Amino acid sequence: MLQIDLWKRILIWATVAVGLGLALPNLFYPRVEQHNDAVAAIEQSGETPERLAQSAGWPDFLPSGLVNLGLDLRGGAHLLAEVKVEDVYASRLEALWPDVRDVLRPERATVGTIRLQESDPGELRVSISQPEGMERALQLVRGLAQPVASLSGSVSNDLTVRADGSDIVVTLSEAEQIATDERTMQQSLEIIRRRIDEVGTREPTIQRQGSDRILIQVPGIGSAAELKEIIGTTAQLTFQPVVGRTDDADARAGVGNEILPYLDQDGYVILEQAPVVTGDELVDAQPAFDQNGRPAVNFRFNPAGARDFGDYTAANVGNPFAIVLDNEVLSDPVIQSHIPGGSGIITGNFTVEESTQLAVLLRAGALPAGMDFLEERTIGPELGQDSIEAGRIATIIAFVAVLVFMGLSYGLFGLFANTALIINIGLIFGLLSLIGATLTLPGIAGIVLTVGMAVDANVLIFERIREELKTAKGPARAIELGYEKALSAILDANITTFITATILFVMGSGPVRGFAITLGLGILTSVFTAIFVTRLLIVMWFERRRPKTIEV
Amino acid sequence: MRLRLVKQNTNFDFFSRWKVWLGISGLLMVLALLSFFLQGLNYGIDFRGGTTIRTQSAEPLDVGQYRDAIGGLGLGDVSITEVFDPTFGPDQNVAMVRIQAQEGEEAVSVEVIERVEAALSEVVPDIEFVSVESVGPKVSGELIQTAAIAVLLAIGAVLIYIWLRFEWQFALGAVAALVHDVILTIGIFSELQIKFDLAIIAALLTIVGYSLNDTVVVFDRVRENLIKYKKKDLKEVLNISINETLSRTFMTSVTTLLALVSLFVLGGDVIRGFVFAMIWGVIVGTYSSIFVASAILLWLGVKRDWSKPTDTTGNQFANVDA
Repeated sequence: MLQIDLWKRILIWATVAVGLGLALPNLFYPRVEQHNDAVAAIEQSGETPERLAQSAGWPDFLPSGLVNLGLDLRGGAHLLAEVKVEDVYASRLEALWPDVRDVLRPERATVGTIRLQESDPGELRVSISQPEGMERALQLVRGLAQPVASLSGSVSNDLTVRADGSDIVVTLSEAEQIATDERTMQQSLEIIRRRIDEVGTREPTIQRQGSDRILIQVPGIGSAAELKEIIGTTAQLTFQPVVGRTDDADARAGVGNEILPYLDQDGYVILEQAPVVTGDELVDAQPAFDQNGRPAVNFRFNPAGARDFGDYTAANVGNPFAIVLDNEVLSDPVIQSHIPGGSGIITGNFTVEESTQLAVLLRAGALPAGMDFLEERTIGPELGQDSIEAGRIATIIAFVAVLVFMGLSYGLFGLFANTALIINIGLIFGLLSLIGATLTLPGIAGIVLTVGMAVDANVLIFERIREELKTAKGPARAIELGYEKALSAILDANITTFITATILFVMGSGPVRGFAITLGLGILTSVFTAIFVTRLLIVMWFERRRPKTIEV
Repeated sequence: MRLRLVKQNTNFDFFSRWKVWLGISGLLMVLALLSFFLQGLNYGIDFRGGTTIRTQSAEPLDVGQYRDAIGGLGLGDVSITEVFDPTFGPDQNVAMVRIQAQEGEEAVSVEVIERVEAALSEVVPDIEFVSVESVGPKVSGELIQTAAIAVLLAIGAVLIYIWLRFEWQFALGAVAALVHDVILTIGIFSELQIKFDLAIIAALLTIVGYSLNDTVVVFDRVRENLIKYKKKDLKEVLNISINETLSRTFMTSVTTLLALVSLFVLGGDVIRGFVFAMIWGVIVGTYSSIFVASAILLWLGVKRDWSKPTDTTGNQFANVDA
């Protein structure tokens, strides 16, 4: 007969209670949000009376997880960036040229003169004038290679060196390319995260997508353009030897050299492409003033950078070198003396703001590679507010309409189903808060759809009970059979819908994903409430009343 | 007295003209495909790249004025549409400006957006740009590909699941109904030229889920009745099953439609297309589970001897208990 063990009853009510408890903070959204912000602020930078007051607005013993509001509901900016990972190959190989030259120079007797050749980015091409010495040259250049561990665990070299006529061609090996890509992506993610954190916005999403893309979502920011500025597409700082100056942008720079413009004056500088030191080796940068009281930036290198910089300045006293930011020459001072300590100052025609900004950029580190923006979206906060408002009203109306309709159709049993439906919505919000999911406008649509579909399981059961009642086996038996026979239809129907929700979640992005989450969770909770909660309600009612006949 | 959408013990004859119904469905699909191939979908920027700017101003909106302002910028195909919505206040005049993806640009260009915004601000001083979205051609190509794969995967996964739980004839019937629903939805979007974007793909997949839900419920009953009425012929069993589940079919469709219609009217214009797709899907899905899925089942015939593996079929979950 209709019996449910006590422990099962306790378990069901406990699940419902926990779920509703988790959903509770969302009813007091602004207050809990303030509390959470205050708690985070206290943890980071200590207590202030104001923060304590805000944090006291919500008791600590209650759950404080909230459903995140998506960009379409809160306003903000969304960017999808593609990192040009190949950039890094080129700069790796550029930096290799001095080493290749140094290793071949002592063997000039066998290999002849060595010359750097024009080449595609992604390879380093060096010619030797005595092709007979190619074997020896290859052997020497191969000696520069370092082992890398590949994903499969096997160890291979980072460089591939081959002969092409009288040229030695050096490229990065496949294993090294994969490892480099991975490093580039990690670095880019980290740097973007640090830069966005410096601005201090709430809950930014910075996510890697696929092999070379990064998704950045920052709620509450004015526009995607602003976000791009913060990320700073390149901000690469290098220190490069100066070959000469020119007024002609199209002048012949010579192999291994490049021509770059000044940032704030006319004319161009011819530079060696391989930098002496790069911004990667900076450990600190602070806004400061130079001896003339103009804004400048102080910087300090790490030990390796300090050594390279020291060696170079010692060997090149009296020669100019250039400080280059994002392919523009900030300044090209003449080296006055050996600079051993690894620290220095960048001067230029900065304002105080610019020097502060530059220091922040340098401190956060340069992005290892450039980025293309493939997708950008800005949603104004007003639009988000309107959407929330519209979504809320629509959900309430939908909800009420379904409740009334169910009550009219099934009477008392309809009320049981309605109770379950209310619990169901609570559970969806509880789960969303628990997993920290993001609610989007399509997500609200998912919830509304769930409201409509959640009653389906109950409808199936009630209709089945009606049918079973016709064969007059008594109400208890009819209810039992109703549940038993409706179960396979309920599960088959919901599993198939769940499959599509899962596929949506895996394949979808952004708004689609938000919809898939609420739809999927809605299926789980509605099956739970239909086969456990409503059943328990009916059983409890039945035990108390023991009706001879029931009407469904 | 209870509200009854369908009176008890109905005995409609759904299959006396099943060939006609299948024929009508087939014809509708052909029309939908014709519309799709001849007219094509009105793809949103998600799928063809470009930029949309949503503007809002208190001043009444003059589309011609906007067109003149932007026309001089040489941005190629620019479309401007005014958006009307019952949820808007009296001083909310909203327009959508759509600019095609600029030739030869892989990434999104800030300058284009800035130029358009500057030009519009000049003619309408109080204009606000409440949302700006740009999608590069590279991503949009991928998005459409992923979307197509998602729909195919969903249909494939469902085919396998139903095949495992029922028989292959059931799986084919269900999938035929799904394909029918998806094609008719695409057809109405192309015929009415409603914007087809990523969210519509989500709606399509939901329709797949919903229609399937409906079909599975009917099939579940068919499976049960095939065992119960061993002597009756398939047509009769199908008819009984559909009549028995008819009340439930209508109840669920109506509750879902109640919820969707409220979202359609009050949910704002941003998701209206999406909700429209779902409403259409619920109606078409309900129709197709009877007149396509079951009719195909009748056409293909089905194994009648369920006696051997009955200890599990249809009752796998019967021991799941509260």
